[in-house]
Amino acid sequence: MFMRFIYKFSSPPYFYSISGKMLPWLTALFFLLLGYGLYGGLVTAPADYQQGDSFRIIYVHVPAAWMSMFIYVVMAISGGIGLVWRIKLAEIVSISSASIGASFTFLALVTGSLWGKPMWGAWWVWDARLTSELVLLFLYLGVIGLYNGIEDKRTASRAVAILALVGVVNIPIIHYSVEWWNTLHQGATVTKLDKPSIHIDMLIPLLVMAGAFKVYYAIALLLRCRNELLEREPNGKWIDELLEKVK
Amino acid sequence: MKQSSLFQAFGAVIKRDLLLAYRHRAELINPLAFFVMVITLFPLALGAEIALLKRIAPAIIWVAALLASLMSIDNLFRADYDDGSLELMVMTPHSLSILVLAKVTAHWFLSSVPLLFIAPLMGLMLHMDSNVIGILLLTLLLGMPVLSLIGGIAVALTLGLRKGGALLAILVLPLYVPILIFASGAVDAAMSGFPVSGHLSMMCAILFLAITLTPLPTAAALKMSLS
Repeated sequence: MFMRFIYKFSSPPYFYSISGKMLPWLTALFFLLLGYGLYGGLVTAPADYQQGDSFRIIYVHVPAAWMSMFIYVVMAISGGIGLVWRIKLAEIVSISSASIGASFTFLALVTGSLWGKPMWGAWWVWDARLTSELVLLFLYLGVIGLYNGIEDKRTASRAVAILALVGVVNIPIIHYSVEWWNTLHQGATVTKLDKPSIHIDMLIPLLVMAGAFKVYYAIALLLRCRNELLEREPNGKWIDELLEKVK
Repeated sequence: MKQSSLFQAFGAVIKRDLLLAYRHRAELINPLAFFVMVITLFPLALGAEIALLKRIAPAIIWVAALLASLMSIDNLFRADYDDGSLELMVMTPHSLSILVLAKVTAHWFLSSVPLLFIAPLMGLMLHMDSNVIGILLLTLLLGMPVLSLIGGIAVALTLGLRKGGALLAILVLPLYVPILIFASGAVDAAMSGFPVSGHLSMMCAILFLAITLTPLPTAAALKMSLS
């Protein structure tokens, strides 16, 4: 049943039509979450007793950092699926994720550096998490560079999938080696198991913003995948049928 | 025709690579000369202050070793790819990842072992203490094979590209980060008189993980590059 759904969903014409129907709903959901998260984060959440109002950048920084790692895993998993079952859509999802993930990583780095200036007194500190985020950006750049370097896009997708899988095995090793190397970052505020060291009024907007970022990723991914599909099969039969309908 | 065992194939690949290298022995000098020259650049740029050089010597030597490994790794499959012998290796009944491991072993022997002989000399020139040089050699011994193993993946991925050079560096260098951290961490600890066994254990762990896992993606990437 599940596999039947996967097969059906991964056929380009079906994906193209259903993603077209999903997009407006996702966009509405995105603006709803974003509006609520921003209002909650910037207006109703209390100011931090130590950092004042400048902590509010957390509502962009932390979700972006979460997304940067989440997308790498999505990229590796869908790349692996494409590698094993040769599902074209999985390959496309994998490579379309790369540049979105790189943008989120870049956003996390920029907001981190903006936050670091008032808090640590420097734009850039060789702190463990910032540094491993920087290495993550390099990994993304490698993936994008490799994909653009190989002419044949099917081969390129497979190469990228291998690289992403290697990267996903390496990320924990890199993360912990950098962690032991030097750390200055504030400890994890949300994922502590017993009790988050963050006030509930601050936490809810943060989680909502994280949701908004996830939905944004879904939108950007669908748009990119649709583009990529059209670009890869410009003479596909189902595209002709689509054009007929538009006329 | 008699089938050769996997072990024989492993040995044959190593023997062939060593013989090929022996026939072109002049090329073996290049990574070594590169290693020495990169290290020489640092005192020229920083000034010859002994305390400073002593402090940063492990970092300099490790970064130079990393760059030398990066420079020589491109030859790992290139010649075999160009003359077609790589395709024959793929077509043998043996597991390609074992043959890849043999090729990487030969490459490590040719490019990294000579470095182990030059590195103490470089350490002396940078005023390192002799017991610290011992730890440095140990980290090089444990770390350099990992560099070759990880580099092999990226080389296999970029094999079919005409301009693979810069891309190779982008693919490989982020993956070299952990080994660089643990290696220079160990030497740093030795310099300040702290125990180094923790760092060295981590390096051993990474080495065995790399020996076990990296031949698989390398073999997959080679098959992809040849198809």
